[in-house]
Amino acid sequence: MSAEKKPDFHVVNHAVPRRDARVKVTGKAQYVADLKLIGMAYAKVLRSPYAHAKILSIDASRATAHPGVYCVVTGNDLEGLNPYYGHAVKDHPLLAIDKVRYAGEAVAAVVAVDERTAFEALELIDVKYEELNAVFTPQEAMAEDAPLLHEKQFEAGALRGFEGEVTAGKGSNICQKHHIKWGNVEEAFKNAAAVVEGDYYFPMTYAYAMEAYVAIADVTDQGVNIYSSAQHPFMVRHDLKSVFNLPVSKVRLIVPFVGGGYGSKSYTKIEPLVAACSWKAKRPVKLQLTVEEAMLTTRSDDAYTWMRTAVDANGKIIARQAKIFMNTGAYAENSPLVVEKSTNRCVGPYAIPNVLIENCSLYTNTVPASSYRGFGCAQVTLPGESQIDELAAKIGKDPYEFRLANAAKPGEEFFPGMRPFDGTLKQDLDTAARAIGWNTPLAKGHGRGVACSGSDAGAYPLTSTVVRVHADGSVTIMTGSTELGQGSHTVLPQIAAEELGVDFDKVNVVSSDTAITPYDRSTGASRTTTLMGSAVLEASREAIQQMVVMAADVLKVKVEDIQTVRGGVRCGEAQLNWSEVISKFYALPDGEVIGRSYIRKSGRFSALPVFWEAAATGVEISVDQETGKITMEKLATVGDVGLAINPALAEGQDIGAATMGMGIGLFEELIYEGSQLVNGSILDYRLPRFSDLPKEVELHLVQNQDGVGPYGAKGGGEASLNSMAANIANAVDRATGVRIRHAPLTPEKVWRALKDKNIQGSKV
Amino acid sequence: MNLQFVLNGKPWRVECEAQETLAEVLRNTLNLNGTKVSCEVQVCGACTVLVDGAPVSACTYLAYEARGKNVTTIEGLEKPDGTLDPLQQAFIDEFAFQCGFCTPGMIMSAKALLDENPAPTRAEIIHYMDGNICRCTGYVPIVAAIQRAAQAMGKETKK
Repeated sequence: MSAEKKPDFHVVNHAVPRRDARVKVTGKAQYVADLKLIGMAYAKVLRSPYAHAKILSIDASRATAHPGVYCVVTGNDLEGLNPYYGHAVKDHPLLAIDKVRYAGEAVAAVVAVDERTAFEALELIDVKYEELNAVFTPQEAMAEDAPLLHEKQFEAGALRGFEGEVTAGKGSNICQKHHIKWGNVEEAFKNAAAVVEGDYYFPMTYAYAMEAYVAIADVTDQGVNIYSSAQHPFMVRHDLKSVFNLPVSKVRLIVPFVGGGYGSKSYTKIEPLVAACSWKAKRPVKLQLTVEEAMLTTRSDDAYTWMRTAVDANGKIIARQAKIFMNTGAYAENSPLVVEKSTNRCVGPYAIPNVLIENCSLYTNTVPASSYRGFGCAQVTLPGESQIDELAAKIGKDPYEFRLANAAKPGEEFFPGMRPFDGTLKQDLDTAARAIGWNTPLAKGHGRGVACSGSDAGAYPLTSTVVRVHADGSVTIMTGSTELGQGSHTVLPQIAAEELGVDFDKVNVVSSDTAITPYDRSTGASRTTTLMGSAVLEASREAIQQMVVMAADVLKVKVEDIQTVRGGVRCGEAQLNWSEVISKFYALPDGEVIGRSYIRKSGRFSALPVFWEAAATGVEISVDQETGKITMEKLATVGDVGLAINPALAEGQDIGAATMGMGIGLFEELIYEGSQLVNGSILDYRLPRFSDLPKEVELHLVQNQDGVGPYGAKGGGEASLNSMAANIANAVDRATGVRIRHAPLTPEKVWRALKDKNIQGSKV
Repeated sequence: MNLQFVLNGKPWRVECEAQETLAEVLRNTLNLNGTKVSCEVQVCGACTVLVDGAPVSACTYLAYEARGKNVTTIEGLEKPDGTLDPLQQAFIDEFAFQCGFCTPGMIMSAKALLDENPAPTRAEIIHYMDGNICRCTGYVPIVAAIQRAAQAMGKETKK
């Protein structure tokens, strides 16, 4: 525990019930899927059957003439718009123009009086294609005779989120390249006492937000108004401003409750398309994708990683080198940032003096890849944390002790140029190890693993907010942070209630309406509690400063004579609460005080990352030798969150993330056969269910108040995912003696590995 | 087609088409949006409602099949005085949801379970609820909420 005593908090650090609890358990919470506008039409999308093809012609005349159809929109109808969007690379047309780049790409949209009519009319659109050669893996995309997906040079997006150059659109299928280098890797490997080396594969996965992508657009001469299930409404606004060539003030994104995001709803998805539909149909249009269509919209980048790691004779890690090829699919989306992040995240959270990581993502004729919870980190933590165990085994050390000896220490600048490490991995690992009984005897066929991850989180620090204190003492927070389920509508009012000394129940949240709520860059990278939480804290304090001045005016005393107390002010005998200060100041029991704050890359937020997101997980698994099926016996999560503003919500993030990570470790994988995604439905894509629940689960938090956020808080919610696949692979090795380097560890894969081991009598 | 059924305790008569699903009639015709639609292939459980007490997937159940039957949706659980069903309260107390999209279906399935088996074991809960997917919570708090509701309801009947 931290030596510093925690102050006695009134509201924060308490598991207060969720603010959105009642509306969510009674079915009253409104999602975009539930909204209707007067005069609204419905769109359906025609998708390409080919992975790579020229569009020779589109004849939509029969569909347009179909009763109930308002219009059909194709790539030929976009004159007057800038149809290519993308915050990193403007490579993505809102509908295919001249060619299609993956099977499932949107080619045309029908706008009709209802969904069924729109769906019927899709069949009446006649598209003629000329098929082209296609590539589906990075290796194929790099081949000399590989067809080029994108022929033209791209404009780099203004908000790509990293400082490096964009590599895309330079005459090859390379989407983005990135590398980091320090020390002398070649020399270190020459002098190493032991080295492990291997090839690893992290699969394509689908986030399955249960609410599939949905948006309603109303484009008029007043501007573009959109309701969308989007994590980052301000980023989407930026793309739409460019598509429609409008000032920011004429683009409005409104985000009500969101039915799951996990990164898959970050950045622009279907909003430009539905806006173009409304623009052409001249009425509000709703586009609700099916889950099958959502699976054809965004996935995670799969990654092929070659990695080697070296130790010296003292068991100190001295070098790591990796080459990564990521499969970004047909469009860049957020993959350039995923590339940068996965490069960085090969290192952490270890202090390694010699590092060389080279990463390259390639365009292929598959579903575009983008953000997915922990983006980039899980892909490289599979090799990273696997090699820690492999090395420990090679030098005869306990992998848990080996981690402790090499993990970055609090305050250590283990990544040159970045913020010193702000977590306590020793405590994280200790807690995880204890929770799963690391040193207790293991049953036959069982194996344990503890693993950790530390990722450069928080994205770019640009966040603003307004906290309005009303004359009755109640409070409204205006925030651009989106409630995805993570609990921002609960955590942010906890902070305001703590600062202003008002009841939690009296603090309301208005969120995610770009016309009303102040700018917030994004809701992702675990940033909201740290950045928006700090903004709410500072805006609350700024409101208090104003109310102190007002109180001095009311009491006719000097400002210096006013003393703040919880929920109000005191001056001598006189004591006023905020309601009295405001009412007396305005001489009317109404009116308000507006506290403001903005956070930028400055002061305590000048060092990046905003914080290191650290967590440990512990697992115990058993393997059925006959079938290769892995059973999760125990799972422990340890979130190193600085201070949990709401411990129940913080733990909920960890177990949710760990369960997604477990799914990828055990069975989740999008599978391509040739040009087609063959398991593109929830019938075929295996997800964690109740029956996959580990037999025992323990959730822990480490709270050393060592973050830059409010009261020492840091973000959580991604890190418990990152280490799970490696942890499961490590535990399987300890249980069976087989090392599997490709996730997921399906029964078939495990069974084959066991069979090979029995034949060869050694590790595969 | 003319469809008459009892919905959350009240008789209703609505027009529907032969191919319309119960989810479509609830959401589009009756504006009862609590029933959520996700996978549309009877796999995720988000659209679960009770028909004569049995859990069904409203996304694939034809509305006309409900004629003359008793349909209960998430909107039917809260009492007129605002008292929540013990399951709804337990879901709040155990933080058994995050985004909330699976929650109505999850609660309706759990209600069917507790109506059938008022004191289920952990294994029985896991087995019965396996047709409902939650992507946020990792299921741990949902199991706890169902156990908590079962306990609360047990106490209620003993009184």
